[in-house]
Amino acid sequence: MTIRLPLAAALLACAMPAFAATHNVAPGEDAQKALQEALILAEPGDEIVLAAGRYTVTDGLSLDVDNVTVRGAGMDGTVLDFTGQQGSGEGLLVTSDNVTMRDFALENPKGDGIKSKGADNIVYHRIRVTWTRGPHAENGAYGIYPVESTGVLIDGVKVTGASDAGIYVGQSNGITVRNSIAEANVAGIEIENSRNALVEHNVATRNTGGILVFDLPALPVMGGGNVIVANNLVVANDTPNFAPPGNIVASVRRGTGILIMANDKVLIENNILSRNPTAPIIVIAYTQSFDDERYNPLPRDVVIGENLYDGGGYDPQLDGAEMLLGAFGGELPPVLWDGLGSVTAVEDTSGWSLNLTEVGKGLDAARPGPLTVAAPTGEFDRNGIGAPAELDDRLGA
Amino acid sequence: MKPAVALLASACLALAGSVAVRAELLQPANARAQVNDVAVLQGLPQNLSDFGFFENQTEQQPGQGVTPYRLNTPLYSDGAEKLRFVYLPGGAAMKAQGEGLLDIPVGGALIKTFAFDQNGGRRLIETRVLLHRADGWLALPYVWNDEQTEARLAIAGARVDVTTPGGEAISYRVPNKNQCKECHGLGGAVTPIGPKARNLSREWLGKMVASAHLDAVPDGSDQLPIWEMRQSADLADAARGYLDVNCAHCHQPNATASNSGLDLRWEQKSPDAIGIGKRPVAAGRGAGGHMFDIVPGSPDTSILTYRMASAEPGVAMPELGKSTVDDDGLDIVRRWIAQMRP
Repeated sequence: MTIRLPLAAALLACAMPAFAATHNVAPGEDAQKALQEALILAEPGDEIVLAAGRYTVTDGLSLDVDNVTVRGAGMDGTVLDFTGQQGSGEGLLVTSDNVTMRDFALENPKGDGIKSKGADNIVYHRIRVTWTRGPHAENGAYGIYPVESTGVLIDGVKVTGASDAGIYVGQSNGITVRNSIAEANVAGIEIENSRNALVEHNVATRNTGGILVFDLPALPVMGGGNVIVANNLVVANDTPNFAPPGNIVASVRRGTGILIMANDKVLIENNILSRNPTAPIIVIAYTQSFDDERYNPLPRDVVIGENLYDGGGYDPQLDGAEMLLGAFGGELPPVLWDGLGSVTAVEDTSGWSLNLTEVGKGLDAARPGPLTVAAPTGEFDRNGIGAPAELDDRLGA
Repeated sequence: MKPAVALLASACLALAGSVAVRAELLQPANARAQVNDVAVLQGLPQNLSDFGFFENQTEQQPGQGVTPYRLNTPLYSDGAEKLRFVYLPGGAAMKAQGEGLLDIPVGGALIKTFAFDQNGGRRLIETRVLLHRADGWLALPYVWNDEQTEARLAIAGARVDVTTPGGEAISYRVPNKNQCKECHGLGGAVTPIGPKARNLSREWLGKMVASAHLDAVPDGSDQLPIWEMRQSADLADAARGYLDVNCAHCHQPNATASNSGLDLRWEQKSPDAIGIGKRPVAAGRGAGGHMFDIVPGSPDTSILTYRMASAEPGVAMPELGKSTVDDDGLDIVRRWIAQMRP
């Protein structure tokens, strides 16, 4: 008998969401509470509108309602200031599907900026995450951080100062990162243990490494691949690595442009690569020891297409750099491969190889020499790469 | 028993009481406050008293169908004293599921009140309720007023200044409704964490069976050490029990920290999965410059203990539910790692 009442209530509730509501939040003393309440009480279809201004936020925010839009008055107009954050591992956590976040900024979150986990078909549009003191080991790890999600569109965001990756997509599928700026992070843009990712029309500058595509062992989702890195401006990634040791990005050499490690089917083309002093492009196997039979540490079917190289590795952060520079006439050729796995490159691609023959044995066996790889055969299969097209519909106005 | 029948029964007893000479003897068992089942099953009750879980709310004296319990190894919450209760509507019983969670039927609830000593007395800070509704579990936080007469729904959470038993003045965090789910979420749904048979005493389980509140005392119950007796317990059991209770609600497959690949559940036997020789994934500065979650023999270079020993957001683990370091828990885990053979 008592069971019937909530059922009736649930039926009524199901009939109602046709009336999508707008929850307006403005800066002020109780803004944080009002914002968090709106994030909790929103119904699917609702929009939460953050008026322009600066919001002081002392605790992590979170959203767990499907199909909600959070909209600010522009990435320079609506600023959520987490400088005094006292708890939580990120500024904003999203755990629901079909969420759109747009036109606002987060500053100085203690941990990550916006993390979305298991949040399918998510859109990040014109979001800014900034650690205002610039590169610092105690900044948060990731600015934009979708993980374990299917359908991720990141468009027009800007991240500065992340001590790991500015824009990080992990263990996900169906991803587009475009029109975004990653500046002065350890890794600008990182695609990790993910499939079907399109990284295009971005600017990666002043990071330690510009754009990284990784696959790591011992994670719930592995087998990264089907990735296109195209039409990006990857320039002057020369900030000394400021990542806390222990993390994989702490091993990224200052001056890395685009780094591919242990992935399957990756296309790198039409990028402009300039002043990345260690190497504009690096393709390598996973370098550390691992104990995971499911994991393939090799880069496979990596295709290096036409790219514009304005010079190569003129100040490489590599062991034996002076000797290498001497051997290659003062500057290393733009593409560095460790010799493991399989790589093709368009004709006239200038590069060098370590000519390693075994995975995980370090560089002792390296016999550096010019890159000699075959040209790509056939068209790169672009099928299914990128975020679902319908996510574009949420970018209007 | 349906509530209507229960009402009838108590009405009969009341009638009987009016003519019985020693009626007051019947009072304690049968005239205790009735829980408001409608509040358990629907809506967002604004006051804790709307549920009627307590005969005397301020004294935390349970009402009818509300039974107190304790866990062998509890979750650390800045040293708060915690009062735990399970509510079962008239006639309903829990079902044992091996060593795991007791299956609490729809209409049941878990109630947990957090308190700190203040000026020689007990100050109630918050009461969290987990309500088992027809569409699943719902977690709601209630914050007590200064007068200690009522706790009000705080859907966005709150901060309250308290002094811990260790004498530390802190800004104690009452989680918001979503943060409840960050710990209580499994596979996208809210679930209880605490009342697993392995972390409940056989004695309490036996009493619940005797009072027809539980179908059986399952095999595998009462495995985790009693926290206060940890010094005489097996060290690995004490440490693994602690990690199960304090970490595994997030660090397991399908939970909030699944992407870390770290699985700290009591039943996880793989050394890799519990962090031995495991490299960090998304730890950021939480790694503290260390290479592995657990380095056998070396708690000083293990990420697990580094993060447990921090109170700083972005480094500290757990991320939610505490703002101070649990020195006792850290000590057990450090000793466990220290005695592992490299």
